[in-house]
Amino acid sequence: MATATLKPAVAVAPVPVPLKAVVPWAVFGVLLFIVVLYFVGAEQGATALVSGHAVHEFVHDGRHLLGFPCH
Amino acid sequence: MMMGRLLSRGMLAGVFAALLAFVFARVFAEPQVNLAIAYEAAQAALANEPPEPELVSRGVQAGWGLLTATVLYGAAYGGVFAIVFSCVYGRFSRLGARSLALWLAAVCCVVAVIVPGLKYPPNPPAVGNTETIGVRTAAYFIMLGLSFCSAMIGLVIARHYAPRLGNWNANVLGVLLYGALVAGLSALLPDVSEVPADFPAQVLWRFRESALGMQLVLWAALGLGYGVLAERVLEPARA
Repeated sequence: MATATLKPAVAVAPVPVPLKAVVPWAVFGVLLFIVVLYFVGAEQGATALVSGHAVHEFVHDGRHLLGFPCH
Repeated sequence: MMMGRLLSRGMLAGVFAALLAFVFARVFAEPQVNLAIAYEAAQAALANEPPEPELVSRGVQAGWGLLTATVLYGAAYGGVFAIVFSCVYGRFSRLGARSLALWLAAVCCVVAVIVPGLKYPPNPPAVGNTETIGVRTAAYFIMLGLSFCSAMIGLVIARHYAPRLGNWNANVLGVLLYGALVAGLSALLPDVSEVPADFPAQVLWRFRESALGMQLVLWAALGLGYGVLAERVLEPARA
C-alpha cells in the first residue's frame, strides 16, 4: 500500500539568529561597509588617500546620483 | 554558518538591486546629468576659462563608472541590511522573512536616504562650491550618522516601553522620537545653499526626482529580493 506523507503545516514563530553568531559578521561587515562607502562617496573629495582625481572622476556620476557631496 | 549565508545573500540581493537601479539611472538620470554638465561648460565658456582636461571620458563616467559605484553601494548596503535583518528577525518582529525584508527595506530607505536627503538633497554637477567640499562632506556624513543613531534610540525606547504601552503605541512612540531627534539635531548642522542663481530649476528638480527614483528602485528590489533569498535559509519548509 502506498503511503503519502504530508508536509506538516508551517505555523511556527520565526526563530531568531543567535546574537553570538551575528556579532563577528556585523563587525567585519560594518568595517567593510565604511571603507566601500568612503571610496564611492568621499575619496578625492574632501580627503584623499590616493593622489590625483582618477577615483573621483570614475565614480563621478554615481557620487552625484547617490546623494554624496561632490565638487 | 547560517549568518554567513544570510550575509552573502544580502550582498547578492544588493548587487541585483544595484543593477536595476543602474538601468533606471541610465534612462532617467543621465540626461539630467548631461544637461547640468552642459550648463557648467557654458558658464566656463562665458567666463573665458579653458575647458578642464577630461581624465575619465563622459562615456566611462556614465557607463562603467556609474555601474561600479552603484554596485559597490548596493553590495555594501545589502550586507549591512542583512546584518540588521538578522538582528530584528524573530527578536523584535514576528513577521516572516519576506514581509520583514520588505518592511525593513522601507525603513532603511527612510533612515539612510530620504531623511538625510531632506537636509542635504542630491545635487547635479555645477551645483556646489569646490571650496566648501570639506564642510559639506563632514556635514553630510554627520547627518547620516545622526539619522542612524536616532533610529537606534527610537528602536531601543520602543522595545523598552512595549510591555507597558503595547506594541502599537510603543512603535508610534519610537517613530515620533526618531522624527523629533532628527529634526532637532539636524537643525544644528549648517544649511547649504549653493545653487547658482541661473541654474535651470527644471534640471535641478528632474535630477533630484531621478536620484530619489534610483534609490526607491534599489531599496524596493533589495527588500523583495532579499526576502526570497533569506526565506530559503530561515524557513526552508515554506519556500
